[in-house]
Order: sequence, then structure tokens, then C-alpha cells
Amino acid sequence: MYAGLGETISERAGVINLGTEGSMLVGALGGYVATSATGSPRLGVLGGAALGALLASVHAVLVVLRGANQFASGLALVFLAFGLTALYGAPYVSGTINFFQTWAIPGLSSIPLVGPVLFDHDPLTYLGYLAAPLLWWVLFRTRAGLIVRTAGERADALEVHGYSVVKVRCAAVAVGGALAGVGGAQISLALTQGTWYENVTAGRGFIAVALVIFAMWNPILVLAGSYLFGVALSLGSALQTQGIAVNQAILGALPFVLTLAILAILGKRTLLAAPDELLRVLDNSKTT
Amino acid sequence: MRIGRTRVGLLASIAAVGMALAACSSPATSSSPSGGTAPGQGATKVGIIAVGPKDDYGYNQAVFQGAQAIRKAYPNVEVIDAYSIPENDSAATTMEQMISDGATIIFATSYGHLQTALKVAKAHPDVVVVHQGGLIPTPIPANVGSYFGAVYEPVYLGGILAGAATTSDKLGYVYAIPIPQTLANINAFELGAQSVTPQSQTIAVSTPSQTNPWCDPPVQADKIAALLSQGVDVVTQHQDCTKTIIQATENAGKYTVGYHADASSLAPKGWLGGSEWNWGPLYVDIVKTAIDGKFTGSTYNANYRANMASGKNPFISSAYGPSVTAQTKALVDAATAKLKSGWTPFTGPLYKQDGTLIVPAGTSLTVDQIETMDYFVKGVVGTTK
Repeated sequence: MYAGLGETISERAGVINLGTEGSMLVGALGGYVATSATGSPRLGVLGGAALGALLASVHAVLVVLRGANQFASGLALVFLAFGLTALYGAPYVSGTINFFQTWAIPGLSSIPLVGPVLFDHDPLTYLGYLAAPLLWWVLFRTRAGLIVRTAGERADALEVHGYSVVKVRCAAVAVGGALAGVGGAQISLALTQGTWYENVTAGRGFIAVALVIFAMWNPILVLAGSYLFGVALSLGSALQTQGIAVNQAILGALPFVLTLAILAILGKRTLLAAPDELLRVLDNSKTT
Repeated sequence: MRIGRTRVGLLASIAAVGMALAACSSPATSSSPSGGTAPGQGATKVGIIAVGPKDDYGYNQAVFQGAQAIRKAYPNVEVIDAYSIPENDSAATTMEQMISDGATIIFATSYGHLQTALKVAKAHPDVVVVHQGGLIPTPIPANVGSYFGAVYEPVYLGGILAGAATTSDKLGYVYAIPIPQTLANINAFELGAQSVTPQSQTIAVSTPSQTNPWCDPPVQADKIAALLSQGVDVVTQHQDCTKTIIQATENAGKYTVGYHADASSLAPKGWLGGSEWNWGPLYVDIVKTAIDGKFTGSTYNANYRANMASGKNPFISSAYGPSVTAQTKALVDAATAKLKSGWTPFTGPLYKQDGTLIVPAGTSLTVDQIETMDYFVKGVVGTTK
């Protein structure tokens, strides 16, 4: 969810960041290490955000300042993050840390069906409920949001008005990386009860990138889409506990199959909602 | 010497080039400086590969402890252990690298390392290659073997602990993929629980993952939530890394039966006991047999399986947790005595999930039948598909 929101900002400003998976991974480790050092998962989230932003900044420098191919840069960063976190994360595999406990919202969580699905989570999930509409508001109702969106729609128009497209895009990519880092920290600090393990994000960052496309670059739909994935996966587990045969391979591939299916259905329609500058994906250095 | 992932990659690429050159100039068979003529004889270096990190509270941690035991028993033998080696070509390059570094005994310890290990063994007839847990088709080459313990024996004892502790009569089992070893474990666990609480059920859920079904903590988190919402009050698992599951169970105030390693520190309240590896004596004995030049034709030049009756099962029971009563311990002791006398949990009458008789009364399954098991017994909720 956070990774999807982060990618939304980045792409709204005109930069695709496939390195989101990498930002999540360093965020997961950064969150774990910071928590391990300070004892506070809240500071851990900050640590995760910082590392996520740092990795994304490398992408920003390469793509926005140097005009490098953004697909190559993003993928290279994923593998860099994988190698670095496996190496530097090894001492933390056996550790135990404080982690975010789930907190059932009194009353709401006891609503049948909906309650446990929506209101029995860790604090970061609830924060995400607020973050998505807030991000929507910032993007579509504030001047800062307008500037970011203009960088993604009509970069030259932004220059005409005296803003630096380069600065706006760098900032958007970094903030996007920070949010992806928070998403990674949520995995290591909340979801897994405080666990670091190499490649703990296991491709979830890539799903986030796809999610942004079929959520039409809209934060509210990103939130809804994240839920769709979560429910689809939990449904598989629920069926298993009933002893109902669910094919192993299909269950494992479900998030990716679901992604492909939705992309196939939407097809070219998503292009209409895409920020215009994204359509010029091979050259982000020039603004005219 | 311990090799990190990045160094392995570098060394592996150098090794690959080296091997290509060597193959041009000489026959490929004599690449290792062995002291004797028999495979592994006079070995001065031992190579060990494992699929995960050496401190995962699980399977790979147990391998590391085994490596330490070899170091202690043979201070003059260098043990090269490499961790987080995936079950693909990296395993081959890592093993080749170890051999070109002079290792003449190789332990390949993950289920998925088997095929690669057999290939490496074929290319180096003077190197002993043993695999942990695989079934090697006969005829078994003179330098190859597999070893494992009768894992289902202590797992059956863990089932007794679970059956005695449960009040909901629902036990949870998180497993990776439906391979025979795992199915035998789940069945043994349920049979152990039934021996105390006949109506108890074991709900078995798998952890399909595109990256690593043996350890994908977020997937584990999802499975454990599903089990707990079904009212499960004792949880056990067959995963490589065990921390997320154990902590989630403890956090929910439920009981844990351990597997692979002693993780009681993760569940100070809910830990009941369980089973763990004690590879040291077996690893050391395999190394000794090979160094003495006696590997070929030995018990290890085969599909070696040790059970409790032989007194050599490397899979042993873990220490009890605080809540286990004297009465329960007596039940476990009685079952242990039966196992030591050669009894197996898979003794008839046994029924499959759908109620069909699979083992008639008065007969029991052989080790081969257990290791090719493809069904759940009655009382297990889950599917092997």
C-alpha cells in the first residue's frame, strides 16, 4: 500500500521507478536495524523511510539528472538492494526486536466479516487509511500537488512558470522512495512480528508498480487495490484451513496472475489516465 | 572459512573460467588433490552448503551447528561452509569452487540441492558427496550417499504434547510443499495427538511462494492468521525459518511445538517442546568414515536413515516448556520407549482422510513406504494437491 502510494507520487511527476521493490527491501532492513538499535519501532519506520528515500535518490540522480534509462536504472537498483541487504542483513536474521502489535479498534473490529478485515491491524495500516486520502488531497487540491502533476503532464509549462522540473521530479522520486521504505518497514516491523530475512519483500514492490497503473494513478484506488490483493491472498489461506484443494502453484502465483489479468482487461484504457510525460518513458532528461 | 554471498559469486565466476580452461588441457576427473585413492580419503577440507542463513532458528542453523561439531572434532580439517545458496546453478558453482579449493568431502544440505549434488559427484569421482534428506536412485555411485533421520518419530512425540495441551481440539500445521517427508511429519503429528485426544484435528496449510516456500515470512504471517481465526490453539510447522510463526503464536497466547531447532526463547510461555536436529555426531562420523578411506561400501554410501531404535536418530526431542505436566511427560516417555523398541507410528490400522484403510491392523509401513507417502491420514484437514 505505502509502496503503491509512493510510486503514485513518482509517476505523477513523470518518473517510473521500478526500484520500488529495492526501496521496500532496504526499508525493511533499515526499519529492522533502526528498531534494533533504538528499541522503538516508530524510529524504525523513520529509518526505513530514510533508506528507501536514499535508494530512490540514486534513481532520481541517474534518471532525472543524467537522463539514464529509467527501466534499466530501476531494475539495477532492485538487484543492488537485494545484494546489499542480503550481505548487511545477515547478522540481523536471528535477532528479536520490539514490533508493532495489531490493535483491534474496539467496536468496529467486532462487525462480522468487515470488522476483522478492516479494523484488526497494526498502526501502520490505519495510518495508511489516512495517508491515501491525504495524498489524494495534496495531489489534486493543493498547489504543491498541482506542481507535481504538471511535472508529469506538461513539464515545459512548469518551466515556463519558473519552476525546476528537475527539482520537482527528484523530490517526488525521493518521497516516493521514502513511502516504499515505510512499506518495507511495515513488513519487517509489523506483518512478520519483527523479522528480517533476505528478500523478505519477495516481489511485493513490483506488484505495487503494477497496482499504480490499474489504479489509474489515483491514491484512493491504490488503497482499494491493495485491499483487493490482500483479500485475494487471505481467501487462499482461508480455503486451505477448510481443507479445500487449492493448487499450490496457482496460489503462489495469484498476485501476479491477478495483476496480469487486470492489466489485460484494462489494456490501453489506462493510457488515457496516464500522466502525459510518462508516455515519453525513454527520455526524462529533456523537458521540451 | 565462511563465504558470504558476494564472494561466492565472484569466486564462482573465477572458478567457472578456471574449470573451462582445465577442461581444455586435461581430463576433468583429477581436479582435487586427494591424499588417498578412495573417495574422500585423507580429506583436509570439507565443504558444506545450506540454502538459508546460519541463524534462522531452523534447519540451516542446525547445519551450522553440525559444521561446528566437525571443526571441534577435527581441528586440522578446514570446514568451508556457505549459506544462503539457492537451489539452482549457484549450488553447482559453489560446490565446484569448494572442490577446486581442495575440499574432498561435500555436504549438500537442502532438499533441492540433490540433483546438482549428483551432477557434481559424477564429475568428481574422488570426492565424497553426501546429500541431506534426498532419496538417491540405485545403483548409488561409489562416492555418493544420502543421510537423514526418522523425523516423524520425535514429531509423533510432539503430537502427543499438542494433543494433551489443546482445548479446542484444533491443531495448526504450517508446511511448505507437499513432499513425502512433510506429509509423513503432518501425519505423525496428528497420530500422536490422536493417541491422547482422539477427536483432535490437524489443520495443515501450505506456504506457496514464488521466491522461497521454505521461508517467506509475510506469507507465513498470513497463514498463521488464518489458522488462529479457525480456533487453532497449538501450532507447529515444517519451514526453514520459524521465527514469525512462533512469535505470532506466542503473541496470540497459544502453544508452540517446535521443529528444526530449539526456539523456546521466542515463546517463553507457549513453548511445549518439539524436535530439533543434532547433526554433530552424524556429520563427524561421515567425515571420519571418508577420511579413513572407508566411505565406499559403508552405511553412508547408501540412503542412510537413522531411527530411534538404532539410538542414532539425529532428530531429537527438544526440552519441555513450562506448562507441560508430569502426566503428559509420562505419556511421551511411554511412546519413546515404544519407538526405541522399533515400533513405528505408522502401524495399522491407519485410515486415509476419506476413511479408506491404508495400513491394515498388524502391519506397519516400511521406511521406503514412509518416504514416498502421498496422502494425509484421517484427522488431518488439508489437501495434498
